[in-house]
Amino acid sequence: MTTTRRDAIKTTGAFATLVSLGIITQAQANAAVSHDSFAVKSLEDALKAIGGQAASNDQVSVVSPDIAENGAVVPVGATSKLPNTTEMYLIVEKNPTPLSCAFTIPAGTDADVQTRLKMGQSTNVIAVVRADGKLFSASKETKVTLGGCGG
Amino acid sequence: MADPMRIRAALAGDTTTVRVLMSHPMEPGTRKDASGALIPAHFIRDVEATHNGKSVLKAMFSGSVSQNPFLSFKFKGAAKGDKVSVKWSDNKGDSRTDEATIA
Repeated sequence: MTTTRRDAIKTTGAFATLVSLGIITQAQANAAVSHDSFAVKSLEDALKAIGGQAASNDQVSVVSPDIAENGAVVPVGATSKLPNTTEMYLIVEKNPTPLSCAFTIPAGTDADVQTRLKMGQSTNVIAVVRADGKLFSASKETKVTLGGCGG
Repeated sequence: MADPMRIRAALAGDTTTVRVLMSHPMEPGTRKDASGALIPAHFIRDVEATHNGKSVLKAMFSGSVSQNPFLSFKFKGAAKGDKVSVKWSDNKGDSRTDEATIA
């Protein structure tokens, strides 16, 4: 390792300055979320980790049941009809760690994914997609009869 | 080594639908056992699907994805008989790769 502590400080400092000047936006700085983003405890922090507030858009949809009897296994999906959708995120608002999964969609892959999530209680499920560098979202409420996060 | 994944890949028109069922406990790290001690977190963090060496989907999971995670996605540009390979790795450094033939 030739990188000294001083160099590291200089580089981080310069990068922070660029961000603060708005030369590179925060969204570009966090092109993809890191594993740490999944540990955040609130919806605001989860959105911040993704890159800010997302505008609601009817081309994005969340597929989630109205009522889930078992919160441990809730089928959830997201689709986006927006062109150039590159990233998709699923957020379960009232979970202890709301950010649930992140998908990177390369060209040639449809913006249409499905998985199964755990939900602690009745909550809004939010899908956030990044299309052409902008964030769009959609949400749907799911009522949970039996929670699935333990306690 | 974890149990094998079950992967189904079917071509319809020009779109291939891939469905994956991984075998994993997906402990979020928030649950407690009978004696009240926290069960340590153990969940899949990264999943990547590739077709002919090209990445077709990357996913990052947290502990709030259900046990034995299911994943379904669609992509274009594959032919029957091609192989789709899926790899996951978890927070304990374990990983597994499986592949399926597109039908």
